[in-house]
Amino acid sequence: MAVLKIENVSKIFQGGTTAVDDLSLEVSDGELVCLLGPSGSGKSTLLRMVGGFERPTQGKIFIDEADITDQWPERRPTAMVFQSHALWSHMNVFKNVAFGLRLRGLPAAEIRQNVEGVLEMVGLAGYGKRMIHQLSGGQQQRVALARSLVLEPKILLLDEPFASLDQHLRERLREEVRDIQQRLKITTLFVTHGQDEALSMADRIVVMRDGRTEQIGRPDAVYRKPLTPFVAGFIGTMNLVEGQVMRGAFTRAGIRVPLPVADGPATLAVRPEALDLIAAEPGQAQVHRITDFGTHGIVDLELSDGTRLKSMATQPNALRPGQGVDLVPRALTVYRESREIYRDVHD
Amino acid sequence: MTAITATSQKAPISSLATIRTKADLAGITLAIILTLAVIVPLLVVALWAFSEVWRYPHLLPQQFGLRFWNQTLSRDDVWDALGLSLRLSTVVVAVAAVICLPASYAFSRMRFFGRDTLFLSFLAAHAFPKFGLLVTIAAIFLRLDLIGTFWGVALIQLVNILMFMIWIPVAAFQAIDKRMEEAARDVGAGPLRVFWSITLPQAAPTIIAALLLSFVTTFYETDGAWLIGAPEIRTTPVLMIGFINNEMVIQYGAVLSVLLWVPSAIALIFARRFIGGDAFARGFGG
Repeated sequence: MAVLKIENVSKIFQGGTTAVDDLSLEVSDGELVCLLGPSGSGKSTLLRMVGGFERPTQGKIFIDEADITDQWPERRPTAMVFQSHALWSHMNVFKNVAFGLRLRGLPAAEIRQNVEGVLEMVGLAGYGKRMIHQLSGGQQQRVALARSLVLEPKILLLDEPFASLDQHLRERLREEVRDIQQRLKITTLFVTHGQDEALSMADRIVVMRDGRTEQIGRPDAVYRKPLTPFVAGFIGTMNLVEGQVMRGAFTRAGIRVPLPVADGPATLAVRPEALDLIAAEPGQAQVHRITDFGTHGIVDLELSDGTRLKSMATQPNALRPGQGVDLVPRALTVYRESREIYRDVHD
Repeated sequence: MTAITATSQKAPISSLATIRTKADLAGITLAIILTLAVIVPLLVVALWAFSEVWRYPHLLPQQFGLRFWNQTLSRDDVWDALGLSLRLSTVVVAVAAVICLPASYAFSRMRFFGRDTLFLSFLAAHAFPKFGLLVTIAAIFLRLDLIGTFWGVALIQLVNILMFMIWIPVAAFQAIDKRMEEAARDVGAGPLRVFWSITLPQAAPTIIAALLLSFVTTFYETDGAWLIGAPEIRTTPVLMIGFINNEMVIQYGAVLSVLLWVPSAIALIFARRFIGGDAFARGFGG
């Protein structure tokens, strides 16, 4: 299959906005890499540069060692699935999927065979004659995927393909897409701002912020070992508490956590599931609200200065609002100047 | 709690229904007034066209018949004028399409110096009293020997429809999702193929609406055709005005007027059948 290599790519738009800033990335053969970040982080621009819809201001893009930086989109061995599906409403499903094959001048019988094959793969066998407006959102997204897959691209580009679908359908489709991607072993670059999507689908996640990579790593590593407070706050739910380390302990509004780091300002990061609570009066924090989700509960806590924290409790009904609690972090990370300076994992 | 919610929900729904009923009544009244204003004059003209005797104080014709249809349709100048009008409208719309469609695409997709000014300038022909503009153009045409010629009339009618043929297609092209074009590039289509296979078919309903509107406008245009074309070039509407002004018998003008309904009726049926009102609405930014 194929390897995608992005070397020191930058994109500065007219007006001086830097969308992507000196970014390098290598996507291995058959790997699915998610570009994850908030709006304006440059992830879609990077994807569009790989697809050929934007030209990098500097840097190079290679597919299997071949420099494609200056190639037109129609010449690239890539295929993109757009967020808006971008299906051609004046053509039926079959014609949408067959369009690319017709451009390649394939015989009609081969086109029919390929199109029917890929429609079956995406669960749309027999839908060829339907017009696009006769399909549901999920079916339209499958057609968009089929249109890309039928060309057997070296690199599949997915630009927030499930963003316009409802939660239930999104979950189902992402499993299906992941299955197809793994079955075909197709190298894939996937843009999303949904952390669930990234965590559940990706082999590796690239967390982007302001056109730069904050962290590249496997989903579990990005979740459990976020390198910066931004990644810690962006992936999953994280309690981030700004405070001071003085004489070997982090302090903030009644909290005191012993830490073997030098004195100075610091950010303490603790996941809700790693924050245990012990009933105490008056306690370091007060229970503000308890939300029972059935399998677990989320306890909202308030420090004396009004700072809010969250703790995940397996037995939330043991607590009540207004009750005092002491906080016992089982795993924590400490950041200073946006860099990790200490990590402690008890369990 | 439930009861309170139900009561608080009912009130706005019922008041909304009242507003809708009021709006409907106002709408129906307006529709009736408009229908009367449009239908009654047309009905009177149609009655005149099929009447042989209609004298005061009778409300309806005393005698119906096709005598004046036979007399009007047996005149060579009527058939000449009809043929000329059809030729002229077809040529004008075709030339406008060749000039305006690429220009519209450029206006909608490209950025160039003076774009907005140039775009607004197509409104100019409709922004000022038209007759003054026509007289000025006629003076220029006189020097160019275009007065009384087919191409002189064609050019003046071209000016008349430039706005429709630029503004409506521009709106159509702008309404197309660029991602559709990018998706076509992505599967291997070059820019020309994208335009032909994606952009044009997507914009087609609205562009056809613009072409129909331009055709009908050109077919019925009288000021320019009369000022530039007379006396050699006589289109059907110009001939009709001549009949109404110069003939003692009203029926000649009425027959020709009813004949003139045919192209617009065909255009409207075509538009309803193949395009739909939304294409017109899109063309005007709706």
